Amino acid sequence: MNITLKNINKQFGQFHALSSIDLHVESGELIALLGPSGSGKTTLLRIIAGLEFANGGAVYFGGEDVAATPLRKRQIGFVFQHYALFKHMTVRDNVSFGLRIRKGDARPSKSDIRQRADELLELVQLSGLGDRYPHQLSGGQRQRVALARALAIEPKVLLLDEPFGALDAKVRKELRHWLRELHQKTGVTTLFVTHDQEEALELADRVVIMSGGKIAQIGSVDEVYEQPASPMVFDFLGSTNRIPVERHGNHLVIGTDKIAIYEGDHTGHGTVYVRPGDLRVASPDDVGLDAIVRNVQRTGPIVRATVAINSTGQLVYVEMPHLHHDVQHLLPQQSLRLRLMQYSVYDAENTPDGEDAPEPVLIGRERLRLA
Amino acid sequence: MSSTTILAARHSAVTESSGVRRLLITAALLFLLMFLLLPLISVFFEALRNGVHTYVDALTEPDAVAAIKLTLLASGIAVPLNLVFGVAAAWAVAKFEFRGKALLVTLIDLPFSVSPVVSGLIYVLMFGASGWAAGWMADTNIQIIFALPGIVLATIFVTFPFVARELIPLMQEQGTDDEQAALSLGASGWQTFWYITLPNVRWGLLYGVLLCNARAMGEFGAVSVVSGHIRGETNTMPLHVEILYNEYNFAAAFAMASVLASLALLTLGLKTLLEARHGDSLAKGQKH
Ligand SMILES: Nc1ncnc2c1ncn2[C@@H]1O[C@H](COP(=O)(O)OP(=O)(O)OP(=O)(O)O)[C@@H](O)[C@H]1O
Ligand SMILES: [Mg+2]
Repeated sequence: MNITLKNINKQFGQFHALSSIDLHVESGELIALLGPSGSGKTTLLRIIAGLEFANGGAVYFGGEDVAATPLRKRQIGFVFQHYALFKHMTVRDNVSFGLRIRKGDARPSKSDIRQRADELLELVQLSGLGDRYPHQLSGGQRQRVALARALAIEPKVLLLDEPFGALDAKVRKELRHWLRELHQKTGVTTLFVTHDQEEALELADRVVIMSGGKIAQIGSVDEVYEQPASPMVFDFLGSTNRIPVERHGNHLVIGTDKIAIYEGDHTGHGTVYVRPGDLRVASPDDVGLDAIVRNVQRTGPIVRATVAINSTGQLVYVEMPHLHHDVQHLLPQQSLRLRLMQYSVYDAENTPDGEDAPEPVLIGRERLRLA
Repeated sequence: MSSTTILAARHSAVTESSGVRRLLITAALLFLLMFLLLPLISVFFEALRNGVHTYVDALTEPDAVAAIKLTLLASGIAVPLNLVFGVAAAWAVAKFEFRGKALLVTLIDLPFSVSPVVSGLIYVLMFGASGWAAGWMADTNIQIIFALPGIVLATIFVTFPFVARELIPLMQEQGTDDEQAALSLGASGWQTFWYITLPNVRWGLLYGVLLCNARAMGEFGAVSVVSGHIRGETNTMPLHVEILYNEYNFAAAFAMASVLASLALLTLGLKTLLEARHGDSLAKGQKH
């Protein structure tokens, strides 16, 4: 079932937790809500579920306004960050709770309920653990019980609040793949909250990036990563180099280096945002920045170098895979020319965490390379 | 300084010397022995001093039986009512935000901070012969003071906080996630309460009821004021003990007292058992 949010506003006292949120989720989509702590992700999820009420705006399920539909009638599978399993019930009873409490004809027979619970436990790879109590399970197992319990009522929408937040990195990865598969199998419209960008990028069809109660950008994984709508998004999705530049027509100039040609036509100051991984060593006759390597570090499969731009002295970070052919140029004190492979240009220097500062405007990107 | 003396010095910084420690422990034990254990033993000793026969007689004479019955009846009414009120109050305080919540919490504690005699007097003031409700009572011919309703009211008042006090911190600690999960799975409010909230606090609830019951049966002050001490009619067990004692009928007084004391011991035993078995699902830092 598709979900539409129109102009959702939520205040806690004087505090605006959400302002003018518009979002459309297609039926069967897997959406990640990503954003820094306090950006309103949980609040948005709770409003969709009906656990919280918006001060303004409307939520539509399949085109129908659900304002008057209470939580228990919305047929939503909600998975809480801390699972909220019923401690005094066995795993099977937890999973079948949603069916057992149904009344009259809606309630399946005892044997059907049991069978359905066991099917779900198999789906989440926990068959055989039905008679245990939640405290006898590991974190990852509890997580899956919570999911099975939510799926038992055949929800039209699945909402997960930081489903893997409390788990260690390895289990997270496993559950991530598993959730992806589960989603392909069941096809339920799913929204999940995370503040792990890797998780969002790996799992989701589309990513909704939130910041300060607003949606900063909605887009496919490629879009938000390659064409971030704002410095905040750029910063949030990985580390960033910010380099002040002068813009002359469609050229960018740093100090004395004319570094690139971009898809814009402005004159004035600006800031280039470029990821450490999008910088490469170029041959001396290419356009680029002249710099000198200050130090080099290898962490696992990635080599990180700090280089200083000759003309301005600014330090810039460079990253590349350890087997990359440029790595041999990264020796301390080595002079090199850096090429900016992919970057965004914003109209002025602006710290994305400064709340009151106006959002810088994206004014251009590198000219799209011809395929 | 050698390393052993350093160690010893550091040790003595955090613990007393063994002499002082022993002295303190002995003092505490002696104190307990003198003020708790000896009186308790002497209750049973005095009760049985004139033989088992006298003991049984003292407990089976009509006035004694009436007192026991009245006590069971009064607490039999007061405890279930307090159970319901307590759960309702705790539920309201722990799960909802509303105006006057702080006031409600303070009011719940009121019976603990008011002298039981004063609590009794409040009811006399309200329902006594010249009280506020005197006219209404004369019209309807309902008697509250010097009758069962007064005793029940006084008992309810005095024992109100036990259940609520036990449940509030417990429910607050548990938050509302479980309830929200149940609602999202389609449960009604009542189903959520019955299948989720109540089972989550069941041990705490039992604990609160136990304490409430012990206090209800043993309450003296408030009940004494409203009872009127009519033998065989409005005397509860504690009041009966006092009357017998004042009549120098020590054997009978202690016999009755021994029943109350046994009740106290039973409560203590159950309470300890509960704490040992389900200590983690009782309210923390709220042990009475
Ligand atoms: N019940 C509430 N009363 C007052 N303020 C609230 C309430 N719930 C949330 N907020 C505020 O609303 C903002 C958004 O909260 P929310 O829980 O949605 O953040 P989040 O994006 O989920 O953060 P996190 O990643 O830390 O979970 C926060 O600043 C929070 O302090
Ligand atoms: Mg959150």
